[in-house]
Amino acid sequence: MSIRVEPAGAAADGGPSDGRPAETLFCDRCGAEAGHGDHSACTVARRLEPPRYCGSCARRLVVQVTPTGWTATCSRHGTLAN
Amino acid sequence: MTAPTVVSGTDADAGAGDGILAQARRQVLESGLGLTQAQILAVLQLPDEALTDLLQLAHDVRMRWCGPEVEVEGIVSLKTGGCPEDCHFCSQSGTFDSPVRAAWLDIPSLVEAARATAATGATEFCIVAAVRGPDERLMEQVRQGVAAIRAAVEINIACSLGMLTQAQVDELAAMGVHRYNHNLETARSHFTNVVTTHSWEERFETCEMVRAAGMELCCGAIVGVGETVEQRAELAGELAALDPDEVPLNFLNPRPGTPFGDYPVVGARDALRTIAAFRLAMPRTILRYAGGREITLGDLDTAGLLGGINAVMVGNYLTTLGRPVSDDLTMLADLKMPIKSLQATL
Repeated sequence: MSIRVEPAGAAADGGPSDGRPAETLFCDRCGAEAGHGDHSACTVARRLEPPRYCGSCARRLVVQVTPTGWTATCSRHGTLAN
Repeated sequence: MTAPTVVSGTDADAGAGDGILAQARRQVLESGLGLTQAQILAVLQLPDEALTDLLQLAHDVRMRWCGPEVEVEGIVSLKTGGCPEDCHFCSQSGTFDSPVRAAWLDIPSLVEAARATAATGATEFCIVAAVRGPDERLMEQVRQGVAAIRAAVEINIACSLGMLTQAQVDELAAMGVHRYNHNLETARSHFTNVVTTHSWEERFETCEMVRAAGMELCCGAIVGVGETVEQRAELAGELAALDPDEVPLNFLNPRPGTPFGDYPVVGARDALRTIAAFRLAMPRTILRYAGGREITLGDLDTAGLLGGINAVMVGNYLTTLGRPVSDDLTMLADLKMPIKSLQATL
């Protein structure tokens, strides 16, 4: 499970201002549009990987993995943490 | 630099089928002498029907020459991504179109990672950086990080910072780094198919300097990077000749955007045969499950611990996630394999 811990810039692009992720438009593993193509392999892989792309804008995330968790930061949409 | 002398052996040494297992029982289990390269190849070519006997022998060897304890380690990436090297399996290379972006871990987070690792019962904590070798900025971060961990957490500190100069080796040893990791990655004859930005010999040179400085040497490999079975045997022979204190065994987890991103995952039986072969090549080494075991072995990872493995990396890896720590600790408890204590490693 991941939680949004820092809703940086959420309102800047019209996304929700309460810290929830904006609508997931992009696959957070491959960065392609979530509504197009088959992302089942991405879903399976994500069980053992942190997200790499922002689900709201497809920017590459700055990800830090530690022994017990991870953080993933989008410069526009803030930080997710596990 | 002196390259390791690999004991190649002959076809007559190698035996076949039950022959090689009987030889290994006498030579490795009873006498503690690792297999030659030719013998390792014979083991790697054993049919699936012999796998159960092979794993049992490798387990017996581990128990005889290492004992039942399991060394537990956690790792963390101090500097992630943006590496100038082109190791074709690695998502942290800046030369590929990988989604991994550069990131630095701050010192408080590093100490917290060490604390979380120690809380699992681990005795080893390895600080890793994706670099060719450390520059002054990284060395300063390591100085501060090692000092902060030593002041706050009771755990052995290891480092993996790429290729070192003699001055850097000496400084790491002086600051109390207990073990240094630098993998050979693959067989010498296959190396240029995996890495082109530095040589196998450069890697070997760092390993020699580490050992000469009195640090423990951790030197392992990644299996499944397009090597032949003969080259896998060559790799085991090269590692055995180097005689590291620890051998971390990684299995390729194909990473998107890397040249090996579409390579197949090593099959579970092949992985287990490889684990057993490496144990029979190096009866006394710390043979560690490292990256890739989750996708290669799945629920069969218990079989590796009953087939030669005597150390595990727990928690997450550098850019990918591992099994929950509690699952691994439960697995060790179920297997009645005690975790090596810090006292036992000093």
